[in-house]
Amino acid sequence: MKRSTLILMGLVVIVFALSWIFKAISFHGVEEHYVLQGFLVTLAAFLTLSIMSFLYRDNPFYKFAEHLFVGISAAFWMSMGFWSTIVGNLIPRLSEGLSNFFKVHYIPGDYNIFFYIPVILGILLLMRLSRNYGWISRWSLAFIVGTTAGLNFIRYLRSDFINQVSATYVPLLVDWQGIGHFFSNLSLSASGQFIMMLANWVIFLGVMCGIIYFFFSKEHTGMFGRASRVGIWILMITFGASFGYTVMGRISLLVGRITFLFRDWMGLNI
Amino acid sequence: MNAFTPPLALALVDIGRVISLVLIAGGLLWLLIRAIKLKEVERRVIFLFIFISVAAPILFPTVFKEKATPIVKAVFDKIESLPPGSKVLLSYDFDPAMAPEVQPMADAFSRHCLVKGHKIVYMCLFATGQGQFTRTMENVIRPEFPEKIDGVDYVNIGYKAGNEGVLNVIISDFKKMFPTDVNGVPYDSVEVFKGIRSCKDLDLIISIGGGRPGIKEWVLFVGDPGDVPIATGVAAVVAPQLYPYYPKQLLGLLGGIKGAAEYESELVIHYPRFKDSPTPALLMMGPQTLAHIVIMAFIIIGNVLFIQGRRKEGKQ
Amino acid sequence: MKRGVPLIITFVVGTVLIFSVFIPPMENLGENFTLFFDIIAVFAFFLGGGNLLRVHLTKLSRRKRDWEYSIVTIVGFFFMLACGLFKIGNPGDISASLTAEGSWFQTIYESMFVPLGSTMYALLAFFVASASYRAFRAKNREATILLLAAFIILLGRTPLGTFVTSWIPDSFSIMQIPNLAIWIMNSPNLAGQRAIMIGIGLGVVSMSLRLILGIERTYLGGDDKL
Repeated sequence: MKRSTLILMGLVVIVFALSWIFKAISFHGVEEHYVLQGFLVTLAAFLTLSIMSFLYRDNPFYKFAEHLFVGISAAFWMSMGFWSTIVGNLIPRLSEGLSNFFKVHYIPGDYNIFFYIPVILGILLLMRLSRNYGWISRWSLAFIVGTTAGLNFIRYLRSDFINQVSATYVPLLVDWQGIGHFFSNLSLSASGQFIMMLANWVIFLGVMCGIIYFFFSKEHTGMFGRASRVGIWILMITFGASFGYTVMGRISLLVGRITFLFRDWMGLNI
Repeated sequence: MNAFTPPLALALVDIGRVISLVLIAGGLLWLLIRAIKLKEVERRVIFLFIFISVAAPILFPTVFKEKATPIVKAVFDKIESLPPGSKVLLSYDFDPAMAPEVQPMADAFSRHCLVKGHKIVYMCLFATGQGQFTRTMENVIRPEFPEKIDGVDYVNIGYKAGNEGVLNVIISDFKKMFPTDVNGVPYDSVEVFKGIRSCKDLDLIISIGGGRPGIKEWVLFVGDPGDVPIATGVAAVVAPQLYPYYPKQLLGLLGGIKGAAEYESELVIHYPRFKDSPTPALLMMGPQTLAHIVIMAFIIIGNVLFIQGRRKEGKQ
Repeated sequence: MKRGVPLIITFVVGTVLIFSVFIPPMENLGENFTLFFDIIAVFAFFLGGGNLLRVHLTKLSRRKRDWEYSIVTIVGFFFMLACGLFKIGNPGDISASLTAEGSWFQTIYESMFVPLGSTMYALLAFFVASASYRAFRAKNREATILLLAAFIILLGRTPLGTFVTSWIPDSFSIMQIPNLAIWIMNSPNLAGQRAIMIGIGLGVVSMSLRLILGIERTYLGGDDKL
């Protein structure tokens, strides 16, 4: 290992050791386990800065944090899944003894022998780890795929197709009381009649033109081509709006982390 | 910063604000001049500017007034209009990565529902939601509503694996999927669940999140089939995709930290008891504003560089 | 066996779930199938954990590049798993909540999982800025429309947008940036998102039908692979 690397690591250890001491002192009298609390806040700050060090370049601290995250995540999901669903939903339907051991509520009437099916399918799914018998995990995958396909078929058809088409049929004349009334009240007020009508026209025509753009079975020429072009413009506005929101979302996450570093770690009273 | 902050501290904050704005503006101007001379900006310089544009308003905070837009007000008005004792479900469908945006929403919804006297059912479709609910418990329910009783005024039924599979069951039978709460108390013993057999018996469902599973699954599997009023608070990334559901399938939407800030503002206006409660979303609007300006400036600088490059090619 | 049985399973399960919407007596069966799915999903988590262990143990045993970090992954994995499965430090008995305050599991979640997960995503703010600078060019009409819409939304979602155009009178209030941003979200954005949603909805419906009828079989993989 290079000398500069050793010096850097030494400095990092010293900085975070000092941080632990100062945080423990600040928690003394406030928290019961002040030494532990000081360590935990310092650890959180160390891990945050380790990940952020990737902005300069890939380095051992980032790799350490990344690998730790992978290990902890996998175990987290396993633990949550086990206690919430296996213990919470499966065991009370299969075994009174196990229910008593895990102290979950067992109702004799809830016993259902068919719940051995997901147990068997689950074990078959684990066979995917075997090179010779991994093919049998396809049975469990088929169950998962069948469930997802069956659930999504009706729901997407209703909510994302029928209801969306229905919602596109908006009134193109809003609050109509004659041409005279329309022109006499014409303004660019956000809540005015003209803007509300314009919104509905944009929605109606925009959806039509957007769908026309996605119809690739016909060449986009003539009127069809012009409608498709309008559809592209509508989609460009959509993507621009999505970009704006994406930027907002990402910045918020950064604000959250920097707030943690300044307020919880450095103790700056914001 | 509040009315008791000493004048010297306030003055230092003002000076800090001005200095940081001048530094950022000066730096961006310098980069623009370099762009006109066809000099690229190194990416680490961009990173530095983003860091300063976020850090400076955190150190020298500015709180802006927010006014709720109609799409946010719709959610607020719905919770307001429900009579006390109504059954509201809050689903924590997010992980720590989304928490800075949506945790303020979750806390604000909890405050609003509890102050109105609604009965809240907390659940999650994300495993991490349970950990995030613990934060609401520590930061909102215990300190601000110590009189509220677990099982009587609210209940936490936790997480179940299965994504939309969970929703497909609770649309017709809650107990089948959640036979107990997280502490093992049987469903029938929880007072909050009296009169709730399925999601159709709920007065309002609010999904807070932005990933999958999330609000889309709630609309598809519960809202539309069960005709249950649904509202949501989502991460900004996902918000534009949900507008087609508004207002028929989704009665309202809080999009990103701006939506959260608008809701917090509305809550403080209607319930002055919350004026000293933390409003993290409102505090985040300062860094948000400056960061947006910096990003827009970099886009302009990039385009100036592009146009200058084209001109040079044209001359050659 | 390798392909026939899975196709039959997919067909039966998918069909039951579709019919359970229209035939109330089948609703209970549909719910049970969904519960089976939820339980199998947990086994998928175990599969993920098992696969992770297999990959990193292989890396460790063969001393591949960066093998030292695999130790970190494996130690972190087992430590978190022990805290979770055995509810170490949880107040109350075995039936208490896994994420109760004071439990080791919740402590590791708060002090390691949260900072790691949040910061991973927070880095995206930097990359979004860098990517915007490099790639966002107004090269043609469509790109310019995209850019303008993005600028209006970026300004409109902050108090600066209100400040810059607050002088515009009510009769032209649509030109105020916040109102323009709201209008963009409620009209053209809604139209575009709805067109995309309808397209995706139809795609999901057709793919679901193909999967149930066994026309689409890519999820089964090749015969020589798993």
